[in-house]
Amino acid sequence: MLKALRMDSDTCTGCHQCEMMCSYGKVGAFNPAKSVMDVSLYNGGAVNIPSTCTQCEEAWCMVVCPVEAITINPTTGAKEISAEVCVGCKVCSIACPYGAINYDADSGVVTKCDLCGGEPMCVEACPTPALAFVDKDSTGYDRIWNHVTADLVDCDSTVRH
Amino acid sequence: MSWSEKILRVDLGAGTCTSEPLNMEWAQDYMGQRGLATKYLVEETDPNVDPFSPDNKMIIATGPLTGTIAPTSGRWSVVCKSPLTGAIACSNSGGFFGGELKNAGWDMIIFEGKSDTPVYLDITNDKAELKDASDLWGKSVWETETTLRERRGDNDVRVASIGLAGENGVLYAAVVNDMDRAAGRSGVGAVMGSKNLKAMVVRGTVGVKVKDPMAMMKTSNTAKEILAENAITGEGLPTHGTQVLMNVINELGALPTRNGHDVQFEGAHDISAEAMAEPRESDGEANLVSNAACFNCPISCQRRSKIDPSHFTVKDKPEYQMVSGGLEYEAAWALGAACGVKDLDAVTYANFVCNEQGLDPITLGSTLGAAMDLYAAGAITSDDTGGHELTFGNTEVFVAMVDATAKGEGFGKELGQGSKRLCAKYGHPEFSMTVKGQEFPAYDPRAIQGMGLGYATSNRGACHLRAYTVSSEVLGIGGKTDPLVTEGKAGLVKAFQDLTAAVDSSGTCVFTTFALTGDDIAPMIDAACEGDWGVERLNEVGERIWNMERQYNIAAGFTGADDTLPERMLKDIAKTGSAKGSVNRLDEMLPEYYQVRGWDESGVPTQDTLSRLSL
Amino acid sequence: MHYVIIGAGPAAVAAAEKLRVLDEDGQITMIGSQAQQPYSRMAIPYYLTGKVEESGTYLRRSSDHFESHRIELVHGEATAVDAAGHKVILGDGSAMAYDKLLIATGAEPIIPPVAGMDDPRVQQCWHLEDAERIIELAKPGARAVQVGAGFIGCIILESWVLREVDLTVVEMGPRMVPRMLGEKAGNLLKTWCESKGVTVHTGTTVETIESTQNELNVVLNNGEAYPADVVIVSTGVKPNVGFLQDLDIKIDQGIEVDEFMQTSISDVYAAGDCAQGLDFSTGETAVHAVQPTATEHGRVAATNMATNNSFSYKGSLNMNILDTLGLVTSSFGAWEGVDGSDSAEIYNPDNYQYINLQFKDDVLVGANTVGYHAHLGVLRGLIESRVPLGVWKERLKKNPVGLMEAYIGVTQEVAGSA
Repeated sequence: MLKALRMDSDTCTGCHQCEMMCSYGKVGAFNPAKSVMDVSLYNGGAVNIPSTCTQCEEAWCMVVCPVEAITINPTTGAKEISAEVCVGCKVCSIACPYGAINYDADSGVVTKCDLCGGEPMCVEACPTPALAFVDKDSTGYDRIWNHVTADLVDCDSTVRH
Repeated sequence: MSWSEKILRVDLGAGTCTSEPLNMEWAQDYMGQRGLATKYLVEETDPNVDPFSPDNKMIIATGPLTGTIAPTSGRWSVVCKSPLTGAIACSNSGGFFGGELKNAGWDMIIFEGKSDTPVYLDITNDKAELKDASDLWGKSVWETETTLRERRGDNDVRVASIGLAGENGVLYAAVVNDMDRAAGRSGVGAVMGSKNLKAMVVRGTVGVKVKDPMAMMKTSNTAKEILAENAITGEGLPTHGTQVLMNVINELGALPTRNGHDVQFEGAHDISAEAMAEPRESDGEANLVSNAACFNCPISCQRRSKIDPSHFTVKDKPEYQMVSGGLEYEAAWALGAACGVKDLDAVTYANFVCNEQGLDPITLGSTLGAAMDLYAAGAITSDDTGGHELTFGNTEVFVAMVDATAKGEGFGKELGQGSKRLCAKYGHPEFSMTVKGQEFPAYDPRAIQGMGLGYATSNRGACHLRAYTVSSEVLGIGGKTDPLVTEGKAGLVKAFQDLTAAVDSSGTCVFTTFALTGDDIAPMIDAACEGDWGVERLNEVGERIWNMERQYNIAAGFTGADDTLPERMLKDIAKTGSAKGSVNRLDEMLPEYYQVRGWDESGVPTQDTLSRLSL
Repeated sequence: MHYVIIGAGPAAVAAAEKLRVLDEDGQITMIGSQAQQPYSRMAIPYYLTGKVEESGTYLRRSSDHFESHRIELVHGEATAVDAAGHKVILGDGSAMAYDKLLIATGAEPIIPPVAGMDDPRVQQCWHLEDAERIIELAKPGARAVQVGAGFIGCIILESWVLREVDLTVVEMGPRMVPRMLGEKAGNLLKTWCESKGVTVHTGTTVETIESTQNELNVVLNNGEAYPADVVIVSTGVKPNVGFLQDLDIKIDQGIEVDEFMQTSISDVYAAGDCAQGLDFSTGETAVHAVQPTATEHGRVAATNMATNNSFSYKGSLNMNILDTLGLVTSSFGAWEGVDGSDSAEIYNPDNYQYINLQFKDDVLVGANTVGYHAHLGVLRGLIESRVPLGVWKERLKKNPVGLMEAYIGVTQEVAGSA
């Protein structure tokens, strides 16, 4: 069973501990600016929404990559970036309609959520049920995906699945 | 590691920003934030300086744990000489500004001199410059923060600024960050205003490193688990916020009411946590919208509140019909019970104004309570107040006075001087519920004896956050002590003062100490910082800081005679509640306190004490 | 079923792979004119800077990738298509029969009609071989004149600066990257390049390139002249369709295709830089010579080749992202605006920051950015989903930086203010 991140805005307090741990996992320092998990504040801080890559089926980033730097981890299903292969062309960062893959100028490559190899550090950090690592089908991603997939090209699967 | 080892020195007169290395010897002795910033102030300024003189400095400081994974690591402090008290001022805030500053690679910012024209400080990592703030002068905290965020073109910047109160020299003006988190007490915002400094904008992407990351994770996780399992930090504070105390303290008979005339407030429930969560009759919505957290905090005690849009305070003011930082216990008490006001939305409105224009709600509420007392005594009349009947519980007039104070209009200008100056001017200095010129908060010293000693000896004037003996005397944390008994309170107060001074210098929140002991906190500091950090050293650093602050105050002209409480607390008995018939018996505690502190009978640290602490 | 693909670039490879998924048994042949493994032009600038080796430019990492997917790579040049005979004629005179044909021949550089262009020290920067030649010529301290400041021109600037080449850029258009960036953005980019020590002439053309044995002399129409050791020509590209001159196929700016990516000839499809397909923003057709369009075209064409035109394509969104000496610029859709659109803008020239959003009613239709690289993809999401922005439009007009918040606000239906 593949698992994915469930991100729940109702219980998110906006403490950003997920960003702290995520950045630690990514760059070895506490630096929310390097986190690929982002918490956005709404309504005067009354609503906090965590967001990151949903590891979507379409994998716009992976499909568009000109050097095959993004591949699927067969164990976790996560679309992972190879920092060695990525040239930093950033095409994936405009192709992802969720804005979930970003260029990092310091490293010269793009970054995104890779589910930490199956043990997401953001989930470990979260003091509330806002982040959980659950069955892929119970994440509630549909409402995120539906906005985009309805009108975009159907690229359901690729040869590299 | 953990310290950025870098200070930003901003000469407002010359308009320059320069980087200099942090004095790491001092960092080892005073840690950061409150302790280290005070050390710099002590070394660099004259304790007798006029607080509004360009020679007073304002120091913004993070601690070594600020910006790390240690729970509640968002804390930062503002240190300067206080215009309200003339004593050391150290105000501590949460939100996200402190973490961002640390993440930009700075331990501290030292502001010196005064700018000729309004400026703001703009920081992106190691790049710092002063920019023109002429167009921001006269704007609220909310407008300033929004404008600067848009101007910077970066939604992730963090802003700390002053509102009209700081600009107008209200003696208890706050520095407000992240829209409604505040370094609230002792008038640090007025000092900022006196320097023509409107705001600080920070974006940090450098990252914070620690000595031993694995140990840091482990100790932080342990601390998080303790915080999560604790009834107060894991349940009470997230659910009810600090307001969980309103009914508890009122039932105990320790809620100073109507400027200390009473110790219980008949409207306490109306302004309590429980009332905030109840749907209003008027619109069916609750005042409380949600809780929220400061940076890296698992407790999330913040309140997010919304006033009924049809409430008289906001019905013509759409800018207040949104969600902002809601009532904390101290604010609800000051703006409610101390003034006899029990209209929750009106109290919330007053709190929003404090957020918006940068005011300390404790001193504002207490000063208004004192003014009402003066009015009741006939010392001031409606001629003084612009025609307003300033009686206890007059909600409309209360709201009008809050607005007037924020804007510096009419009688509001006098209210902006705090209760000590106000009451002295009108011939009743005894009406001022202050110690060393700063208003005391929401715990009546007649019903909680240790808090009286805590207020009397607090280095920044009356304060609950220097020695929160309520933990022991009311909540029973770390062993219950009887709040009506004076015995043992000297040692208790000292222990709280020392540990709190250390925690306030670490970069974490003192609320963790509801659940964490020094034995839980020291290992996190040890994992983050160079050197060996055990609980003994933590307490020693705390004691060193306490004595340093004391020395500063003595040099500034304070003596043991200032370690006292308002007459009303010492002479007028509590009329109801558990302490019915009691006064605060400070005289039974103070000599012992001096003794356990290693101070002489007049309250001066002995040479032995100073050398023991390497002072 | 024999699928033949002319070309071996991103559109061709995406199509071949998609075909393999949809038709397990079909025969797939890709005809490539280049000697190397299929490589990506997007990666050439990074090859020039030395960030990657030649193998780092390959579209697929594994050396047996195509073989293992039973995609046959034929090295050769298509010289003609015999549509009636369902055959592709190759350079060696042989013919290859097809059932379905995809033309994905990409584009080729435009050589401006200027005297002196034939000197060997005047270089294109298009193929890997060009890059290798440039690496030889661009020694530290060498004087270089780059003709053209379009997308490719800008993306290779970094490699000159890193090589400590003394660089002058000459662009015919009124600003840098005129087909991707509006006035403020293009000029901001120019200022940026100048701040990095690059001399930039916009609104200027090259009159002639004079050659002597020791150097070139690039004479501009403004009267100035620059001696140079190397001249790089990067003045845009045109669809590579010369080999179709004898075929009765509709060609405008590129090979015209319908919503199925099929050309005017049945069983013949076109994709990528050579194809003039539906434009998502205008509903007309256009050539979008960009990587995202190429891969999308390839997959849509393949889907329709394998399924008898089952998938109707809504068109490609023209979008691009460019890193010029560290300043990231991007463009999306109708960045110039459309009739009746209104816009939001933030312009901080001191910080090299700019965002311009174009709205039609309360839908985002286009954008330009300078100096931002976080969450840019949501611009695509908002434009292509045509989601009504509701209250978020006014918020974006006030603060265009709040794109991610607006995106989440809209898609997760968050009320209240940001």
